[in-house]
Amino acid sequence: MSKVRVLVGTRKGAFLLTSDGKREKWEVSGPLFTGWEIYHMKGSPVDPNRIYASQSTGWFGQVIQRSSDGGKTWETPGGGVTKTPEGMPKGESNKFVYDTSPETGKPLTTHQFYDGTPHPWEFKRVWHLEPSLTDPDMVYAGVEDAALFRSKDGGRSWQELAGLRGHGSGPKWQPGAGGMCLHTILLDPSKAGRIYVAISAAGAFRTDDGGQTWKPINRGLVSQYIPEPTAEVGHCVHRIAMHHSRPHVLFMQKHWDVMRSDDAGDSWREISGNLPTDFGFVIDVHAHEPETIYVLPIKSDAEHYVHDGKLRVYRSRTGGNEWEALTKGLPQSNCYVNVLRDAMAVDSLDACGIYFGTTGGQVYCSADAGESWAPIVRDLPAVLSVEVQTLP
Amino acid sequence: MIRVELPVHLRRLAHVEDEVTLEVKGAVTQGSVLDALEARYPMLCGTIRDHTTKQRRPFLRFFACGEDLSHEPPDQPLPSAVASGAEPFVIIGAIAGG
Repeated sequence: MSKVRVLVGTRKGAFLLTSDGKREKWEVSGPLFTGWEIYHMKGSPVDPNRIYASQSTGWFGQVIQRSSDGGKTWETPGGGVTKTPEGMPKGESNKFVYDTSPETGKPLTTHQFYDGTPHPWEFKRVWHLEPSLTDPDMVYAGVEDAALFRSKDGGRSWQELAGLRGHGSGPKWQPGAGGMCLHTILLDPSKAGRIYVAISAAGAFRTDDGGQTWKPINRGLVSQYIPEPTAEVGHCVHRIAMHHSRPHVLFMQKHWDVMRSDDAGDSWREISGNLPTDFGFVIDVHAHEPETIYVLPIKSDAEHYVHDGKLRVYRSRTGGNEWEALTKGLPQSNCYVNVLRDAMAVDSLDACGIYFGTTGGQVYCSADAGESWAPIVRDLPAVLSVEVQTLP
Repeated sequence: MIRVELPVHLRRLAHVEDEVTLEVKGAVTQGSVLDALEARYPMLCGTIRDHTTKQRRPFLRFFACGEDLSHEPPDQPLPSAVASGAEPFVIIGAIAGG
């Protein structure tokens, strides 16, 4: 019987939640990496036992952790304990250095600070890890300050794909409230070399040559909070999702507005429709129905909690515009949590499971595509990310 | 042997439960102690000082013998009590935030 493993990153460690295909009884293990912020964990699609985790704090910086046995044991790739000072090469798994070399790199420019003044580029942390669709040793990392890195040796060493930062619009990028982060990485399963990324607050970008060159794909986005609302870059994109069967169709939760593109991001149209508020962070697509999408509206950019004190997932079965509230099993009064951008995921069981985690430490699961919900856990530290693996 | 006291987060990362002891060849300085520490525990590279510039991370401080050595030059000899192993070289996280 199939089973699922939910990877939960929190402000103070990571947790693994496992269940069989019924998704009724759960085993909770953790915390792992106690006391550290775990911005994201994700498993390889070709080797589910290979899991990568981004571990960081403001004090000690970035660490990359890797498991090769489904999360039972972890290592810092290349950074194991040595018996003698000369024993092993130094670990570089947490060494993220912007590529400024003349051969492959781009000069470090400035980006805009919150007040619009120029600010130097500085690495802060890894927000998102995206394992390759074909090679368990290859993994991409989206970082703050915004850039895309790739490891080809299982997270041991990292190289920047500097063409993105070198696109030329960098001096116009600016931080969102959470920092200037590259938080979304989507690998196109039908076109080798096509990758979508999204940056707060720069917008969405696409490469068709494996990361050498990039183009902004923000036509149709309108952001009233920037001087030129339809500018080529500067938009605060919160999340993009795609269905693997139609990778040219993209769904976006922007700072405000839920958007859709049917041409690989070349143009976007709004699909917020009857949502009670179109501010939010997460967006995801049903595993088997590419026109069924999920969002979780948040009251506003100033009030980062759910609308009316009710925790409601909204589902559209028409690819947007027409939305229904999904509330069964979710608190419908006095609820003031947020759901952050990497904190929703779907499994691929026949009855598609939907998962999300809250800043209040709850992780909810729906085993029936959103019709009803139940908490897996209620009292974790604030949840930063949720991913799910569907296992044989 | 040089004794080094790590903050709890770094002890967990390095899989050690107590202070660590290191053999340092040559002059005992902040730089040589941290070089030896990172060689013995490579997972600590980048967590105490920058990989490339070797600058101390801003929220960390270095103490020894009741003195704050955070702003001393990295090649300045540490107190003789640290060099003899009588006192530990202490790395702590600054008290900032929760």
